[in-house]
Order: sequence, then C-alpha cells, then structure tokens
Amino acid sequence: MIDLDSWQEIWQTISRNKMRSFMTAFGVFWGIFMLVFMVGCGIGLNNGMNKSFSSFAPNSLYLFSGRTSMPYKGFQKGRSWDIRNSDLILLKNQFKEVDLISGVIFGGSSDNNVVRGDKYGTFDVMGYGADYNKIDIQMIVHGRFINNLDILEKRKVCVIGEKIVNDLYTPEENPVGSLLKINGIYYTVIGSTIPATKIQVGGDPSSRISVPITTLQQSLNMGDVLHSIALTAFDDVPISNIEENVKRSVKNAHQIDPEDPQAVNSFNVSNIFNAFKGLSIGISMLIWIVGLGTLFAGVVGISNIMLVTVKERTQEIGIKRALGAKPFKIISHIMYESLLLTAIAGMTGIIAGVGLLGILNYGIESSNNEDVFFQNAQISFTVAVAALIILIVCGLFAGMLPSYRALKIKPIDALRSE
Amino acid sequence: MIRIKDLNKTYYNGAPLHVLKGIDLNIGKGELVSIMGASGSGKSTLLNIIGILDNYDNGDYYLNDVLIKNLSESRSAEYRNKMIGFIFQSFNLINFKNAMENVALPLYYQGVSRKKRNIAAVEYLDKLGLKDWANHMPSEMSGGQKQRVAIARALIAKPQIILADEPTGALDSKTTQEVMDILKTVNDEGMTMVIVTHENEIANQTHKLIRLKDGIIESIEKPQLF
Repeated sequence: MIDLDSWQEIWQTISRNKMRSFMTAFGVFWGIFMLVFMVGCGIGLNNGMNKSFSSFAPNSLYLFSGRTSMPYKGFQKGRSWDIRNSDLILLKNQFKEVDLISGVIFGGSSDNNVVRGDKYGTFDVMGYGADYNKIDIQMIVHGRFINNLDILEKRKVCVIGEKIVNDLYTPEENPVGSLLKINGIYYTVIGSTIPATKIQVGGDPSSRISVPITTLQQSLNMGDVLHSIALTAFDDVPISNIEENVKRSVKNAHQIDPEDPQAVNSFNVSNIFNAFKGLSIGISMLIWIVGLGTLFAGVVGISNIMLVTVKERTQEIGIKRALGAKPFKIISHIMYESLLLTAIAGMTGIIAGVGLLGILNYGIESSNNEDVFFQNAQISFTVAVAALIILIVCGLFAGMLPSYRALKIKPIDALRSE
Repeated sequence: MIRIKDLNKTYYNGAPLHVLKGIDLNIGKGELVSIMGASGSGKSTLLNIIGILDNYDNGDYYLNDVLIKNLSESRSAEYRNKMIGFIFQSFNLINFKNAMENVALPLYYQGVSRKKRNIAAVEYLDKLGLKDWANHMPSEMSGGQKQRVAIARALIAKPQIILADEPTGALDSKTTQEVMDILKTVNDEGMTMVIVTHENEIANQTHKLIRLKDGIIESIEKPQLF
C-alpha cells in the first residue's frame, strides 16, 4: 500500500520543511522525554526507599517497658517493671501469628571497651536472640550469626560489624576465630557483618557487637531481664492487628492495668514503612499526572501546529490535487507524515529520557552518597511500551485533524491566485 | 475535444449567485482558444469546470467524448491527471521541491518510478531551455522561469488539453511574449489549449476569442491576427 517511493515523498516533505517539522516534533519529543524522565525518577525514588527497608522485616514490632500510670491490683501507679525471658515464651506460645521473636539487651559502651592486642575502640555491645538477624538483617561477610546453641550454653562468642573489622583488623584478615576483649571479658568472633540498609533501629549496626543474649544477661548480672522484645508476624498478618493483644498479654503477665496507656511502649516498624510506602505512591501518582499532563500539552501543541500548517499547506495540497493526487493519497501522506514524525520524535524522547536517567544513575553511584534515597532510576519495559502506544495514538490523532481539513479544501480554493 | 451544452452553475455562499447561465461551447482538437471577460463574468468558473476542479448544476460537459458529470473525487483526480494540464497565474509550484521534482509530480501520481519520471522531467525542462535549472528551487528562479517549469509540468503527463488561467498575469511584457511564444509552439505541435486572460495582446494571438459577460457567451470572434 505504501511503497518506497511514497516513503521518499513523505520523507522529502518532512525533511525539506525543517522548521515546521521540528516544531511539530518537539512537542512530542518533550512530552515523551518528560514522561520517561519523571517516571524513571519516581521509580528511582521508590527503589531507593525499598532498598532502605529491604534489610528490615517491615512487619515487625519492638516492645519496651515503661512506668505504669494507673494503680492496679494493689500496686501504685508510677511502678517500674521489667520485660523478662518468660515473656518471649509467653508470646511465642500465645500468638500463633508470631513468626520471629528475640529479646534485646543494650549492653551499652564505655570508653575503649573493646580491645584486640594493641588496638582498641569504643563500640556498642548488644545482646540478641538467634532470630534477631532475620528481623534486623545484616549481611554476613564471614562466619555466621548467633545460634540457639550459643544462647543455650551462654557461649562467649560475638558477631562484629564493619567498623570493628576496619578498626581492629588488617584489611585482608578474616576475623572469625579471633579473640576480642569486650568489657573485660574475652569473646571469640564467630562472624562479621556489613549493613544492608540505611534505616536502623537501635544504633549504627556497623559499630555494633552482637553477643548471645543469655551471655550478656549473665555478664551484666541482669538475671532474666530484657530491655526490649523484637518480634515479627507472618506475612499474611499485619503486625498492627496483633499489636494491642500482644501488649495486653504482656500487661496481664506483669499485673498492669489493661487500660494503662504508658506501661508498655511499642515501636511499630510497619507503620513507618507504610508511611514511606504511602509517600512513594503519592509521589509516583504525582509524577504520572504531571508527566501525562506534559504529554497531553504536547499533543495539543502538535494538533495546533498541524492546523496552522494545513493552512500553510493549502496551496501545496491544492496543487497536488489539481495534478491528480487522489484524496486517499493526500490523507495517507499526511497521516504517515505525522506518524513518522511522532515516531522519530518519540523515540528520540525515550532515548534522551533513558539517557538522562543513565547519567543520573551514574552520577549518584559515583558520588557514593549512601544517604540519597535514590537508586537505579529507570523505566520498565511496560512503561516504554505504554509510552510508545501513547505516541502512536498521538501521531494518529495529530495527523487525523489536518488530513480531515486537507480533504475539505477544494483545489480551486487553494489555487485561486491571491 | 470539448463539448459543452447549456451549462449552469450557481454558487450558494449566502445569497445564491447564478454565475454561468447556459453556456454552449465547442472546442476542437488542436485549437488555441482564449476566454475574456470582466471580473465576475464567470470565466474562471468556466475554466474550473472545464478543468474538473469544480462541478456544475445542469447541462452536459464532454471532454474527449467522456461525460464529465458528478464524478467522485478520486475519479476526477484521475481524469485531471491524465487529460488536463494546468498553468496558473501564480505558477503554483511546490516550493520545497526543485524544478525537476515539480515537473515530475504528475507522473508520481501515475505510479511512474522515481528514476523514470525524473528522466522525463529533465527532458521536458530541456525542451523549455531550463535543463541547467533542474536542481534549483522555485525561490531561486525568475517569474518567467517558474512559468516555464509550470508549462513543463503541464505537458509531462501528455494531456488532451492545457488550461491556462492568466498565464502571463504575473509577468512583464517581454517575458509575457516569451511565454506566449512557448504556448503557441506547444499548440503548433497539436495540443488543444484554453487561455483565460484579460490582455488583448494575448487574446489576439489565439485562434478563437470567447467573450463572456454576466455568465453568458457574448461573442465568439476570430482575432485580427488570424
């Protein structure tokens, strides 16, 4: 239907009317470019946020003890109480929704509390259960994390963060098996970790030394007291659903008024996670609205320019018709013309958008700034295909109006000398 | 070649305007005919109808024994392409195509390949002394040159008849005569030609002069020169 000769004819019309073609194409180019770029940025922002949370089980909850604010069962208000090992067992048994659970002890740090040979430093010591590394996930570089046998036997072992490795070891050294003197007691290093996340609960994990919770309880003379409990629910149960019941159950075990709002504090990670998620959905929506708006403005612009050019082209179309061009040929030429123009402009827009995203990614990666909530900005194949379809529709739409107008032109009107 | 019987045409833009009020006209093969008349006399309308650029209300128009009446737009485009060559006062060249491409355009609509039609175009440009200007754009040519390009374009499809609407209206007197000489030469080779003009010098060089007034033929005369 449309042969090489026609394509040459169409291409000639486009290429020899540079200004007109450029103005027409620029609208589409800009619309697609902005759409691709902004959607890409939105995805980058999302990726950045997801990465920040990737190493954190989002469906998790931390419990802390506080002073009671209501008198209950003969106890006065203002009483302080402690979370205990028994609460771990209680919650695990009482709630089948609970997946992982671990006690937490903040061992604290004192000046130069960690010594290895002639090197020393100040680091946080934390007591954790075996499940903890599945709640607040650190990437294991060497060795392993604390296991249940370590807990049971109160072994003097520890898992150390990146900063400890950097400060106390030579670069190529494997810390596993070495001894560290922590707060006066020697521990065997069983693993080292690096952080997989920017969002942290309970201090910077790279300068954290994790030891079995029972070992720390014993060395700090704490008995069975815990500072906190971290727990997660299974994926199909939002942690918020069981949060109140968990607190009530703990209150019940410690003779606290079930209505006491202050005695048991909780930190719900999923709430924060959802807030971020909502924020990123909002941003994505905004980006799509603005992007599509830009694209739409581009299409309106094209149609406008096309209408103007049809006036300008009245003579050209009139001549062609007088010389024997059939109406279908005129229409198809104008349609193909705008289709070709939008296709070229749109492809250029997609390429330029993806290119700019690439430069942006490169810039962010090479800047190595961990605090930037932006990662791997790109558009998905689906979005590219969708943009392409929008483009073709735009092209047809942009071509339809002028070709319809072109048909209305009677050759005599076009040829009548001014 | 052309047989017109009782041709009527009314324009309905606002108030109806009866432009042609029963035209009877016969033009034979090889004739060189001029049409004169004051503006509003209907001469352009008549030319447009002869050129199948416009339709008419009643009467009959036979071109080369084919009844031209109520044709579809694509059929009339085909007839225009094959049977009629147009020459206009304002040249009506396509300004982003060079001389050769302009001349070749009618053949494009006949489906002649690019190579063949460009060869033919250069051939016709050569006949009109414009071979060296084949690759020039219309904007680089003088009025006389542009009109010669337009004549070459009108001739290339080997039409039955050439219709010229004020072909020298935009030209100075010297160029006017040059263009007129070319048209006469083309006519001498057997081409039927109808020229609408308001210049007596042009009309006097034709075989037959048709004077239109208020939509009817006032007179058909033989100019003094012949």
